[in-house]
Amino acid sequence: MNSAGQLAIGLDAERVDRRFSGDRAFRWLAGGCAALVALALLGAATSMAWGAHEAFATFGWRFLISTDWDPVDHRFGALVPAIGTVVSSGIALLIAVPVSFGIALFLTEVAPAWLRQPVASAIELLAGIPSIIYGMWGLFVFVPFMAAHVDPWIDAHLGKLPGIGMFFSGPPLGLGMFTAGIVLAIMVIPFVTSVMREVFLTVPNRLKESAYALGATTWEVAWHIVLPYTRQAVIGGVFLGLGRALGETMAVTFVLGNAHELSVSLLMPGNSIAAAIANEFTEADSSIYRSSLIALGFLLFLLTFIVLAIARLMLRRIERNRGPA
Amino acid sequence: MLNCIGSNRIGSKRIGFIARAAVLAAIATAGAAHATDITGAGSTFVYPVLAKWSAAYSEKTGNRVNYQSIGSGAGIAQIKAGTLDFGASDKPLAADELKQSGLGQFPLVIGGIVPVANVEGVRAGQLKLDGATLARIFLGEISNWNDPAIAALNSGLKLPNARITVVHRSDGSGTTFNFTNYLSKISPTWKAKAGEGTAVNWPSGIGGKGNEGVAAFVKQIRGSIGYVEYAYALQNGMAYAQLKNAAGQYVQPDAQSFAAAADTADWSRAQDFNLIMTNAPGEQAWPITATTWAILYEQPKDAQRSKTAFDFFKWSLENGQTQAQSLDYVPLPKSLVERIESYWQTQFEQ
Repeated sequence: MNSAGQLAIGLDAERVDRRFSGDRAFRWLAGGCAALVALALLGAATSMAWGAHEAFATFGWRFLISTDWDPVDHRFGALVPAIGTVVSSGIALLIAVPVSFGIALFLTEVAPAWLRQPVASAIELLAGIPSIIYGMWGLFVFVPFMAAHVDPWIDAHLGKLPGIGMFFSGPPLGLGMFTAGIVLAIMVIPFVTSVMREVFLTVPNRLKESAYALGATTWEVAWHIVLPYTRQAVIGGVFLGLGRALGETMAVTFVLGNAHELSVSLLMPGNSIAAAIANEFTEADSSIYRSSLIALGFLLFLLTFIVLAIARLMLRRIERNRGPA
Repeated sequence: MLNCIGSNRIGSKRIGFIARAAVLAAIATAGAAHATDITGAGSTFVYPVLAKWSAAYSEKTGNRVNYQSIGSGAGIAQIKAGTLDFGASDKPLAADELKQSGLGQFPLVIGGIVPVANVEGVRAGQLKLDGATLARIFLGEISNWNDPAIAALNSGLKLPNARITVVHRSDGSGTTFNFTNYLSKISPTWKAKAGEGTAVNWPSGIGGKGNEGVAAFVKQIRGSIGYVEYAYALQNGMAYAQLKNAAGQYVQPDAQSFAAAADTADWSRAQDFNLIMTNAPGEQAWPITATTWAILYEQPKDAQRSKTAFDFFKWSLENGQTQAQSLDYVPLPKSLVERIESYWQTQFEQ
């Protein structure tokens, strides 16, 4: 404030005026850009709700809990694809978060300096691969590998366990929730890793060096210094990855099996919201069919919104428990 | 100063040149306007052969045919909205639906849909199935390759004790429509449980995206059975099955058995060619033979474009056999082409 005042004294009134009008124009411009995002969001939500209203009017809230998907008799329900989306994305995060944490830690704390930049660039390149390529790789390389080596092992060893066995038993198709989760994890890792690496670099050296001076191991520094310092940004990065996993379409549709069937086993095929829409939209020949697909899209929108809201709440709670900084 | 004038003169000369070029270009475009570009969209099934036909046709006439394979459903929607010169659909429209929108339709080319299986020790053309057994497999009622129902049809073949995995299309498609139409004709249980459509409520199995997706899954999953267009089965070296047709004969899928189905189908009674060729009565007829229909306006908005469209279809139906055969489609039999051309005279304002 003070420095601004001093500056203004040195300038004549006209220039100050022009300066302020330029400032106002810039403010409007920036505000307009922000408003555009809000407008696009509102427009997307409204048009999806509008397109979906026939489905919701016909099936009511049962649309959410019905496992039906019968294009011939025009009976539709969202439960199977919704669960498929949530479960495959959940598996993806379970794998991607620890791995990304490890990569980011390696790149910021452990790796020799000459190795850091090439590996970081390689990871960012991974993020640029189109998802259809992941889908084709999944279909032609990864699915046969899973069918031949991984699925039979899981079925034989975990499938027989009492209680949780039903989650891991099934024929060795190579396709299904588990495979989809792994492929999604590979797609999400670059995003989460990039964010984590960036924020880990912001941790002040004196904090880390103090800890090392006290005799802390690299792990202890990571867990007690780096992670608490960057917690908020790390969670933000994780949810960025989750957002991508929830909406991923092409890669999932190739490896998930696209079966409108509810099954508890992770080895069995399922369906996801985005895959169902991509698969069926072109030939959705009745208005209720099309409306049901748009309703699925609306549901995905809500699902993402809920996930982001939970993330916010979680962050707020962590901050509160920590107390004012 | 001198320099300046010089460059100016060059400048004006250049402008003159550009102007002349522009005039020439304008004349050239005006000349090209004699050639008409027409636009069609719809079925993905027919896309490869339409692309070849349009390339050959435009080489001959200068007219270009632009076809977008956006799916039959979308093709029908677009022609009804009036944004196309022709639509193409794997599923015919009913006579009253055509009348309502002022449209007419006729078949373009024939293709076959074949069951393909991945069973140890079974090569292409060895496995024999009938419609009822095929329906029970896709219903999930028969779930092992050593099931007595399959063994009864395959006395010479040793079938393993292996789980059957059904593979179907995950996207809506005309291939699925013809396949499920056949199963519905044969099996009342199938008709009640799943029915026919471009997408149905599959009682069992996994879904692959497109013919290529189904082909990939069947190749990878041991003990799987699926259905693809004949060309995909050939190109991927897949083990297709023989089928028992309506006449009780086992037939191999090939150009002859597809043509036999088109020949023996009773087109004379089908108004607007609204006839699904599945389960055709002929001795040699392949039971899951399919066609794609072109859909056009009876009273076109643009006479010139409509004329070009009919010229293109006439040329394709009469001269496009080699292109069709090279892609493993079957050209329409001559009798059917004649029937289509007389339909044009009565149905369309040309």
